[in-house]
Amino acid sequence: VSEEKRGKLKVYMGYAAGVGKTYRMLSEAQDLRRQGVDIVIGYFEPHGRKETIALTEGLETIPRRVIAYGGSNFEEMDTDAVLRRKPAVALVDEFAHTNVPGCDRVKRWQDVRILLDAGIDVLTTMNVQHLESLNDQVWHVTGVRVRETIPDWVVDEADEVVFVDLTPRALRNRLERGVVYQQEKARHAMENFFTEANLTALREMAIRHTAHEVEERLLTAPRAAAAVETGEQGAEGAARGGQPAAGKERILICLTGRPSSAFLIRRGKRVADYLQADCLALHIATGPDGREAVERHLSFARNLRIETHVMEAADVPGAIAAFARAQNITQIFMGRSQPRPWWKLLSETIVQRVVRESHDMQITIVAERRR
Amino acid sequence: MSSRPDRRPNPEELLRQVQADERRETRGRLKVFLGYASRVGKSFRMFDEGRRRKARGQDVVVAAMQGEVTPDISEMLSQFERVPPVVEKHAGRDYYVIDLAALFRRHPSVCLIDGLAYDNPPGSRNPERWQDVSELLDRGISVITAVNLQHIREKQDEVQRITGKRAANSIPEEFLLEADEIEVVDAPPEALIGRSSDGSMPDPRQLAELREMALLLAADVVDRQLQCYLDSHGVAARWGAQERILVCLTPRSNADQMLRSGHRNALRFHGALLVAYVEQADLPPEDRVRLDHHLALARDLGAEVHCLRGEDFVSTILEFAREQRVTQLFLGHTGRSPQMRFVRGPIDRLIDAADDFDVRLFPHREET
Repeated sequence: VSEEKRGKLKVYMGYAAGVGKTYRMLSEAQDLRRQGVDIVIGYFEPHGRKETIALTEGLETIPRRVIAYGGSNFEEMDTDAVLRRKPAVALVDEFAHTNVPGCDRVKRWQDVRILLDAGIDVLTTMNVQHLESLNDQVWHVTGVRVRETIPDWVVDEADEVVFVDLTPRALRNRLERGVVYQQEKARHAMENFFTEANLTALREMAIRHTAHEVEERLLTAPRAAAAVETGEQGAEGAARGGQPAAGKERILICLTGRPSSAFLIRRGKRVADYLQADCLALHIATGPDGREAVERHLSFARNLRIETHVMEAADVPGAIAAFARAQNITQIFMGRSQPRPWWKLLSETIVQRVVRESHDMQITIVAERRR
Repeated sequence: MSSRPDRRPNPEELLRQVQADERRETRGRLKVFLGYASRVGKSFRMFDEGRRRKARGQDVVVAAMQGEVTPDISEMLSQFERVPPVVEKHAGRDYYVIDLAALFRRHPSVCLIDGLAYDNPPGSRNPERWQDVSELLDRGISVITAVNLQHIREKQDEVQRITGKRAANSIPEEFLLEADEIEVVDAPPEALIGRSSDGSMPDPRQLAELREMALLLAADVVDRQLQCYLDSHGVAARWGAQERILVCLTPRSNADQMLRSGHRNALRFHGALLVAYVEQADLPPEDRVRLDHHLALARDLGAEVHCLRGEDFVSTILEFAREQRVTQLFLGHTGRSPQMRFVRGPIDRLIDAADDFDVRLFPHREET
């Protein structure tokens, strides 16, 4: 087997359907084709948009794979066919898509990683609300719980993230003109998800996230020798360099079987990512109850590339404090303690005891933001 | 957002709003394409938007363009009516001045102006082009224009720190902030380097830094628009896309650690750092000295410092945190206060009530 270079991944990031991600991706595909690059369409979702469809002209399309499920036929990217064709660049629309059951992989981003492993460059599209770490914030802002999510590390691995912008006003005009959806669906969309406030908030998230991706790449890229080194490099310079004076931060997320743990995991991981901190998750098992929910949360955490630990102990706060000390944790993330029955009102909550026992650490109590 | 409590605007707010609405109705709309460097594709996007609008029946003219024009732009340009700028010579230099008189006479509904940061020769009606644009807007003519980050006056020091260069002409950031719409033209630095025609080789790292700066500037503009929208619709939003950290100080806090951590978090999240303390009567002199020392450090780190007054510590902090849309609240704790065992202390009460933000507890410094 020859040593093949991994393909490069470029993500066109938008904040809603209709901002022009696929259009922009196809325009660049056409530029590449004119330059003589061997480029194919692995998957393209036309949505009946004329201007976008026109841009596929002259591009080779790999036929989709038809999968029968529940009495209907579904079409997905034929990953094996793309691999056999082995182009230099493949265009794969809708990065966050979930494949129909019966495919080799659950998520399209997993198919994309197979292509990258085979040395094929991939261009793809997504909206910011599909990022796992923003799931709660998006729900909080828009009232919509986005089901198709991508773990942040998958997007962090991309070589390039490009923000595709359109102002909310222009997007709503497009909707009104029936460019994005058919009239009936468009009217419904404008009254619900595509309100001016929602779109503006999502757009801000997408811009901030792209800035974050740019900064991450700046912090990890080796500094060029010729870089300008003038100006002050004070506290700001040091913090931007990503190296805290007191060493690397290590964040510990204390997870339980309670539903709020999903929120806790996302929030803790997001803070860890932004601080470039290590992120661990710990569950203290006190008995066999709720194992299933805990398992779900642990596997969710592992999907986000969080190192997970499970320990058995009767004294939960004591075990958390001991683990945190042994692991050089700098910050503990916990959910709020549940309301207690009256007969326990005079005893300490778990949060109180962790605070008392881990008195040399920072402890963050994460609020379950409600709408 | 239907579940959010509505806030009724007061009469002054309503009046301001009505006046603003009136102005907006007669005034032209300003749309700005913002790029982080030359060749990012702003001009193309701007003329493309003009072309689309013209196709939809709007009366569009071109009032200014940049020196060198690529073939694809040149093709688009041929479709537009032009009111070219007047060339004025002054002290051996050519100035391209927007022909305001001709534009007022022609009075199109939309005017395309490529390049916003130009200065006019001495003795002109306005010293700078953005002021000409402002007059067009006042006369009800909408303007679509494009500008690069290096021309935003308030960002020029930072741009110079990155690139070592400073553009001669600039526009005030406020003009950009007041635009009705701003659209980001983003592209990876590699695309620009490949496109370079004049042989100069921009450093990809510098370009990436400029790119991040432009995105963050755009995010601030969008955040402001979001707040304006929510305020004008009487929605008291408790959320935002931006991380806002409130460090709550007392004389005994480990202020050094809390403030440095808050500062670092705010930097990494590109969020806001706020510092508050609740004014206490009869503060012992040594505590007053400590507190003043903490606040001086906070100001050194560029935090907004707020002095709060209120009977009850917990409700005062809570109210302020909500009003400021705080996402993280930093508090100090002794960790071994005996009262914690039996009584709900202020920290417990804050944690119980904080359903919109995280509470981060910092141990007080060990007393020696």
